[in-house]
Amino acid sequence: MTSTLLYTILSLSLLGGLLAVVLYLIAQKFKVQEDPRIDQVLEVLPGANCGGCGYAGCRAFAESFVKNPDNPDFFCPVGGNDIMKKVAAVLGREVKDQIPKLAVLRCNGSCEVRPVLNTYDGSPSCAVAADLYGGETGCSYGCLGWGDCVDACTFDAIYINPQTCLPEVVEDKCTSCGACVKACPRNILELRPKGPKSRRIYVVCANNDKGAVTRKVCSVGCIGCQLCVKACPFEAITFADNLAYIDPAKCRLCRKCVAVCPTGCILEINFPPKKQVTKNE
Amino acid sequence: MSKTFSIGGIHLKDSKFSRDKSIEEFPIPKRAVISMNQHLGMPAVPIVKKGDAVKTGQLIAEPAGFVSAPVHASVSGIVADVAPYTDFLGKKVLSVVIDTNGDEWMETIDRSPEIKHEITATPSEIFKIISDSGIVGLGGAAFPTHVKLTPLEGMKPEYLILNGAECEPYLTSDYRLMIEHAQEILIGGEMMRRVLGDVAGIIGIEENKPKAIELMKRLTANYLQWEVVPLKKRYPQGGEKQLIDAVLGRKVASFSLPISTGAVVQNVGTAYAVYEAVQKHKPLITNVLTISSSDPSIQKNYRFRVGTPIRDFLSAAGAMDKEGNLSRSFSKVVNGGPMMGKPVTNLDGPVMKSTSGFVLFTEKETKRQEPGECIRCSKCFQVCPMRLQPYLLYQLALAGRTEELDENRVFDCIECGCCLYSCPAHIPLLDQIRLAKNVSLKNKRKK
Repeated sequence: MTSTLLYTILSLSLLGGLLAVVLYLIAQKFKVQEDPRIDQVLEVLPGANCGGCGYAGCRAFAESFVKNPDNPDFFCPVGGNDIMKKVAAVLGREVKDQIPKLAVLRCNGSCEVRPVLNTYDGSPSCAVAADLYGGETGCSYGCLGWGDCVDACTFDAIYINPQTCLPEVVEDKCTSCGACVKACPRNILELRPKGPKSRRIYVVCANNDKGAVTRKVCSVGCIGCQLCVKACPFEAITFADNLAYIDPAKCRLCRKCVAVCPTGCILEINFPPKKQVTKNE
Repeated sequence: MSKTFSIGGIHLKDSKFSRDKSIEEFPIPKRAVISMNQHLGMPAVPIVKKGDAVKTGQLIAEPAGFVSAPVHASVSGIVADVAPYTDFLGKKVLSVVIDTNGDEWMETIDRSPEIKHEITATPSEIFKIISDSGIVGLGGAAFPTHVKLTPLEGMKPEYLILNGAECEPYLTSDYRLMIEHAQEILIGGEMMRRVLGDVAGIIGIEENKPKAIELMKRLTANYLQWEVVPLKKRYPQGGEKQLIDAVLGRKVASFSLPISTGAVVQNVGTAYAVYEAVQKHKPLITNVLTISSSDPSIQKNYRFRVGTPIRDFLSAAGAMDKEGNLSRSFSKVVNGGPMMGKPVTNLDGPVMKSTSGFVLFTEKETKRQEPGECIRCSKCFQVCPMRLQPYLLYQLALAGRTEELDENRVFDCIECGCCLYSCPAHIPLLDQIRLAKNVSLKNKRKK
């Protein structure tokens, strides 16, 4: 009895030891030489694996970053300039500073201003609804409100505001990874520069219809009057397809366009109240 | 013994309430919005401009390619606008808007009611007239008819199947057409049969239309090449691939055209349009639609002009209140049959060449239930007429796994809705599958 036990233990241990040696030899033979710097870069990166940089996760980014020393366009939107400096320091390289960005919704058609004409009871997804038809309201450009952007966001930075039925971006959490921009079937989310002191001005409408048509379906839509284009002293506002667009690179945040917009579809964010501004001027 | 297709399918209550209502002429609209995208393929290119005077039946848009169809004015009057207009789904489509002024037809069109039996045109002439008259498949998909009649290399048509299945509940427009214009349908079918090169002609009709079967049988007694095949009532028998299977017992392989089985399927409505185009020189500007609901007062069949606003039909049927909204008992209008039709979201949208009907539903009839969890009961698989696995496709679509979707033949889905209809957990299967299909198609086109 004891001898059987002994033989079993011995033979199995021997077999185990033998296979371990074989495995070790194979591992040595087929060893993948990996640049140790990849791991160093990976350590510095935020590790969100959001894909905002255009690569499939942080590791892919690190690999590509190490392998392409001549390409200056690498940027991790989550980490921002600080992280990119650290990453560059690991390899002793230089990277270009980029303007911090933020996702903004180009639609202000809340429940109150955009009457609902029909009820959608299909799959609760913007993509499905947009594929099927024009939407619950008469506006076939605006937000559908089923929250595909909320599902796409890995940082909890978007939520649907129950009062307006529109998604809202939490400024502190948004990393401008662009996942929501890709998820939106209506293409109404846009990455815009955060602006100095987080101040920014943009047109919150994406409706390409003529003014009269837009007016009918939404009281805060861009009606294409072009008053803002005339009011802008910096030629920052372009007008195409019945819709005004503010070029963030040219906009100097003077807020003249905000004052002239008859429907109030140009939004100013994080500015101090109007009175103080007149004093400053 | 009646035939039917061999895979999947469901039995639906046929609800064809308007089957005994004869086709009424619907009044000419005050303003017709004629969409340039009434067919599959490239949208037509308008050749009229604002202010032009047009006559009924005049060409207003030319086809933009081979897979495209011309569009003709359905009313006479002045062109008010050539611009994108909102269609019934709330999407913008380039349209020609005509303000009606009287009803002056093109002189060439023969409007007399007599049936012209004798076919004088040669097959190539018939083919040319079909493609010039803007005739598209009137079974719903609106595929340009001349494309289907064009011979493909290596594929020889053997059969022309006229589709009189009309398997969708509620709809009776094809049935009424078969009852009232059986002779014309046969002449139209005969002409298409000649274009295809003297193939055998078959008319497939579901058993719930015994009068149509009997009438067609009597008429085809004079035509040796024609045969009427009664079919068991089963949805989606009117699908092209299902009909070929039901009538000939031949299966269309994945990724191949129905013609590969030697069969060309045309709707009976299309056959009627072909008759009108060739024998009466009338382009496709009118069609027959059913407007139906569970309310006996709203069950009608109308012959309409293309471009009439949907609202007109609803108010004529008495389904609108004074403020111009749907009256209280109804909450949803479906363009087409209840299974494959799409909801009308813009009542001011115009009717198309291929509109087959509108079905009105009350909230109770149409409200979807809360989806539950999939319990792998395999009902969706059992009813799928294309032998797909809807539950799997649904999961893959949710996860966005496009390659696996392709491997599981998502493109074979005919969007019949059997899976969604029979799912005991009310999972929106078709919603996601259709989306996956469309997204994948878009990506392929980009490449």
